[in-house]
Amino acid sequence: MRDLLRRNAAVRWSAVVLIALVLIALPFALSQAGTAWVRITNLAILFTLLALGLNIVVGFAGLLDLGYVAFYAVGAYAYALLASPHFGLHLPFWVILPIGAAVAALFGVLLGAPTLKLRGDYLAIVTLGFGEIVRIFLNNLSRPVNITNGPQGISQIDPFSIAGVSFAKTDTVMGAMVSGPMKYYWFLLALLVVVIAINLRLQNSRIGRAWEAVREDETAARAMGIDTTKIKLLAFAMGASFGGVAGGLFAAIQGFISPESFVLVESIMVVAMVVLGGMGNIWGVILGALLLSFVPEILRYTVEPLQKAAFGRMIVEPEVLRMLIFGFALVLVMLFRPAGLLPSAVRRRELAARGEGELAERKA
Amino acid sequence: MKSGKARGDNSAKALVTAEGIGKRFGGVQALTGVSFEIKEGEIYGLIGPNGAGKTTLFNVLTGIYAPDAGTFTFRGRDITGLKTHEIAAAGIARTFQNIRLFANLSALENVMIGRHVRTRAGVLGAVLRDRRTRAEEAAIQARAVELLEYVGIAPRANDAAGSLPYGDQRRLEIARALATDPTLLALDEPAAGMNASETIGLRKLLERVREDGIALLLIEHDMKLVMKVCDRVLVLDYGERIAEGAPSEVQKDAKVIEAYLGTPA
Amino acid sequence: MDIFIQQLINGLTLGSVYAVVALGYTMVYGIIQLINFAHGELVMIGAMVAFTLIGVLVPKGLNPMVIVLLATACAIPVCMLVGYAMERLAYRPLRRAPRLAPLITAIGVSIILQHLALLVWTRNNLAFPQVIKTQSYAIGGATITNVQIAIMLMSLVMMAGLALLVYRTRLGTAMRATAQNAQVAGLMGIDINRMIAATFVIGAALAAVAGVMVGSYYGIAHYQMGALLGLKAFSAAVLGGIGNLPGAMLGGLTLGVVEALGAGYIGDLTGDVFGSNYQDVFAFLVLIVVLVFRPSGLLGERVGDRA
Repeated sequence: MRDLLRRNAAVRWSAVVLIALVLIALPFALSQAGTAWVRITNLAILFTLLALGLNIVVGFAGLLDLGYVAFYAVGAYAYALLASPHFGLHLPFWVILPIGAAVAALFGVLLGAPTLKLRGDYLAIVTLGFGEIVRIFLNNLSRPVNITNGPQGISQIDPFSIAGVSFAKTDTVMGAMVSGPMKYYWFLLALLVVVIAINLRLQNSRIGRAWEAVREDETAARAMGIDTTKIKLLAFAMGASFGGVAGGLFAAIQGFISPESFVLVESIMVVAMVVLGGMGNIWGVILGALLLSFVPEILRYTVEPLQKAAFGRMIVEPEVLRMLIFGFALVLVMLFRPAGLLPSAVRRRELAARGEGELAERKA
Repeated sequence: MKSGKARGDNSAKALVTAEGIGKRFGGVQALTGVSFEIKEGEIYGLIGPNGAGKTTLFNVLTGIYAPDAGTFTFRGRDITGLKTHEIAAAGIARTFQNIRLFANLSALENVMIGRHVRTRAGVLGAVLRDRRTRAEEAAIQARAVELLEYVGIAPRANDAAGSLPYGDQRRLEIARALATDPTLLALDEPAAGMNASETIGLRKLLERVREDGIALLLIEHDMKLVMKVCDRVLVLDYGERIAEGAPSEVQKDAKVIEAYLGTPA
Repeated sequence: MDIFIQQLINGLTLGSVYAVVALGYTMVYGIIQLINFAHGELVMIGAMVAFTLIGVLVPKGLNPMVIVLLATACAIPVCMLVGYAMERLAYRPLRRAPRLAPLITAIGVSIILQHLALLVWTRNNLAFPQVIKTQSYAIGGATITNVQIAIMLMSLVMMAGLALLVYRTRLGTAMRATAQNAQVAGLMGIDINRMIAATFVIGAALAAVAGVMVGSYYGIAHYQMGALLGLKAFSAAVLGGIGNLPGAMLGGLTLGVVEALGAGYIGDLTGDVFGSNYQDVFAFLVLIVVLVFRPSGLLGERVGDRA
């Protein structure tokens, strides 16, 4: 099947068109089950965007960032501050999103700069610390000047609006009901396609190779003339900018944000999506993000009635079950399939080499 | 490849000049007052007993450490204390004693990464894939293939670098270093672990590189290779220079003999 | 000046707890270069088990000291078991894996333990039963309670005990040898696996006692108490020099004092722009500053070759 796709361009294009049609029509189907599922899908796409952004930092450049949610938060708050009653500003989304991306990129450089000389696990801890510091500041920057409105967050954030069509309202188009979340879905889908394309191009470029070099052997990379400082900061900035854009969208879709949404466990969730899906492999990361977004939701809808039917009451809340499964998934995947579900080509070679090495050692 | 200068041309200009290089690590004075000169287009050897400071001098020259004293001049420009990647950009490329290839990347990708410093496409170019970027990418790939052929491992272009046999790995490292278009190629024990026939192959490769106008700096323990291929050598002992000159002269220098063999009983 | 002594006392008390927890982190990192993210959860489990037992024993009308000691004595083996299990099941298979894998696994273990605790003990806070009568003593214009004194003394006892174990016994010497060069230690006939397991188990025991101390200091225990405490204790370990036992002790005390003084004075220092609600930031700032400017810590790191 894969060969057929590879060789025949016509088959390839038909497959792409078919998938595109399915994806475009998806929200209509989901709405039958309830608007909630469209919202869930939107969140899943947001997380996929985050995972792709983090993939640049962790997968391409090999820098383990455990505080990625900070950039998501920066983008969200940038949007909220520029499009809500809080400061009385109501800029349009196509102005704010680039601003959010730029501010997030700036934070990426600021938070990345101190970490450049640190080795793997220390880098992870410091980025974790930064993530927490950002959250604490967001929670407290309400005095003396009220910037973030503290734990109460910012509400009544403007929804998107294109050519007068607001994304918050439901319209009827040619007899079909088009709800707000559905409009966001198509926007997110288009954005996702663009982000995937950008990532694929980055991976197969001079910059992508430089990131790989730094990841494999930083000293050798430097000896080949790569300015590793700039390259690493570039990875942080690019990864952060994706987080910033996703954050802005999150703010617009939800209409309300608070520091509660940007806690450590979110960073860990995104890291898990990248690692479990297959670090460095764009499709693996997407798969990881979709799995970790949808499975807990599916659980939530099935576990409750199942338990009630079997035991007469709820023993384990869906939320707790979700986290337990998540924890076990992390441990089990690391034990049995550490390269992730869809390992990148590089990772596969590395595992093969280590497998041979261990085999040789056992024989010796 | 570039056209080169003929061997033994005594009017060749100085490429690298070192004056009074000193380096200290904690309580150990690794280098003291080392001065030497590498001429354009020559093969220059760096020899001495173990612990003499050869690799330290190498690392100081290529920017891994900054010297505590002294200066390096490269093509008339002071490069003392520059960072590693700046020195590579200036035209000095190096290989490593323990072979530092990007093991999980293919041989071709390794060499393509070597082209990084001479190419320009950034994020915008990568994302937009405009005509100039596409042309640059094609050129990078073509040059990488050319270099793999030059060192003789073209059939292995798509194999993981770490999976190559030892001799091929050394050649790959040289190809990668050559990809940076250096004026000086610095090799740290390139013949280590090679048998006699592999060493002959290496010597031929080094001579070809010299013929193409690139100077070479070699740390080597294989004296036969040094004698055959080097135009001049620098002898270090205990961090100090004890002789510099053509291998045949240095071989007869009393101090050098003493350093290697000890004083007669 | 009046709050200085008070904050100093508070800081030393908290710092003692940090020190004991930091010892667990530093020992594990010293021997297998792993940041055991789940170590904080061991502290939590110690507190929860002890509290539950105290709650059961109090109605029996025993002497309060006996109750606390009994509860601690039961918490310790539970934590040791959990510590052993996590090493054996989750970390040992990954000894040769790249650094990223055990780190992710540790995060997973941490999440699992937190939520298992949530299942067992629910979201509610467990209150430390009012079994010990608090008595305050005045000292230099500030007050110190008997609980604080007990915590500091207990920490000292444990640190001394650990030092004795590590520097004066054969087991301790074997552990240190494994930490410095596991391969050679193995060649000398030392069972590496047992040494590593011992490190985890001893660290877990310390964590259990630390859990009781923290619980009695704040009066409550809940399933998430281990997370933040763990991070701070890790910062303390790094501050003192990772892998370095005296470093962990010094780092813990220092961090506690810095945090307490910082929380006390930050309002004055910043003209009330930042208040004591920024207290948690201190630990992170210390961590970042140390790692960027003096990564080997105050007393220098002692990490061996990775096995």
